[in-house]
Amino acid sequence: MGLAKRIIPCLDVTAGRVVKGVNFVGLRDAGDPIEIARRYDEQGADELTFLDITASSDERDIILHIIEEVANQVFIPLTVGGGVRSVDDVRRLLNAGADKVGINTAAVTTPQLVADASARFGSQCIVVAIDAKQVSAEGEPLLWHVFTHGGRRDTGLDAVAWAKKMESLGAGEILLTSMDRDGTKIGFNLDLTRAVSDAVSVPVIASGGVGNLDHLVDGVKKGHADAVLAASIFHYGEFTVRQAKEHMARNQIEVRL
Amino acid sequence: MKPRICIIDYGMGNTQSVGNAIQYLGVDYLISSRKEDILTSTALILPGVGAFAAAMDNLHRLELVDLLTDVVVGRGKPFLGICLGMQLLAKDSVELGLHSGLGWIEGHVIAFEPSHEVRIPHVGWNNCHIRKQEPLFRNLAEDAHFYFDHSFHLSCPHELVSATFDYGGHFVASVQKDNIFATQFHPEKSQRHGLRLLRNFLNFAASAPANTERENEPC
Repeated sequence: MGLAKRIIPCLDVTAGRVVKGVNFVGLRDAGDPIEIARRYDEQGADELTFLDITASSDERDIILHIIEEVANQVFIPLTVGGGVRSVDDVRRLLNAGADKVGINTAAVTTPQLVADASARFGSQCIVVAIDAKQVSAEGEPLLWHVFTHGGRRDTGLDAVAWAKKMESLGAGEILLTSMDRDGTKIGFNLDLTRAVSDAVSVPVIASGGVGNLDHLVDGVKKGHADAVLAASIFHYGEFTVRQAKEHMARNQIEVRL
Repeated sequence: MKPRICIIDYGMGNTQSVGNAIQYLGVDYLISSRKEDILTSTALILPGVGAFAAAMDNLHRLELVDLLTDVVVGRGKPFLGICLGMQLLAKDSVELGLHSGLGWIEGHVIAFEPSHEVRIPHVGWNNCHIRKQEPLFRNLAEDAHFYFDHSFHLSCPHELVSATFDYGGHFVASVQKDNIFATQFHPEKSQRHGLRLLRNFLNFAASAPANTERENEPC
């Protein structure tokens, strides 16, 4: 036995509700975040990730209240991301009960934020979220770019090199989302996941595209991910977290049961 | 005396998460760095996330080093250190330069050796090899997983170690010495097994000599 591979349900939250879209658009309501968090905790989730996808800044405080409420009842690690722009944003989320904070767009616009936040709060609580999309054409060597602003803007940055840079600045984990796969349910982008996982020595969380339990197994075995994140398959009751873990255990992956 | 836990407030992280877990277990707590709160509580918990040097600086600035040493080492008040709160018990740490710790136990905080086998930080759920079941690991089995999140680890004499974990080698998961307990993992984030461990600590604290004796003292 040793360190278990983690299964992390992801809750995209806006205006106090959990939603889920396809390729970052077309949102569908999935329920109350606190109820959903409790359900996943009971099912044995290893961690919960909340992404605040609220567009307007005046609704930012809603996520703080949700995290406070969840942290009161659920005793597993909570990661919160979305709209984190400053060291003070990180502090407020940690104080509300987040154990780790995800930094995405701001890591691109202000890489120093990753260094400052990890120096202040420790690398172990700074997760850099990377939204990557394949930009190489068929037959060309594989290349993925980092996208920001909810996947609307191509930064021109090579996702693999970017992950290494974020590690060197103090990221304690990389949350890697394949934008091509997000919400499609056809499985992780395994080439991307493996390229990043093999390039960095911090843990990598694979995200984007899970549609069945074999996809989770592939993320670990073929993508070399340390944790797998999924939303739709859990939100709409297709599988429980427990079923996912049992499936991984049957495939010789160490999990916490 | 009704038990009350003082969670030491020194600006280093997740005091509220620890408080939430203690409250869930039905025990009163407060988050404080005030001397009278530290003196009158049944037990102390020192949580902590972040850098070692910053934590020691804060403890010094709040004049907590001598106070805590007197109350815990001198008078035997039950104490639980968590994560960074365990590492602070050591003589020193090499995190971002060499820094002195509380020195309550013979031990040093060092970095994991870089290796291709394991990723650093050590993040996630790992199980413990329990060396001393009582009192912290009572009713907990070897396959119980706990949540870890750290880049440095404590190296200390064998006899102080109550549990180890495997991560490309054996490392210290928890220590105990008389009334002093500490875990590298986060019991407050380790779901039912973590709550069980905290319950065990609270039970120990409730029956500790430092508390039962005080009941007989005149007020």
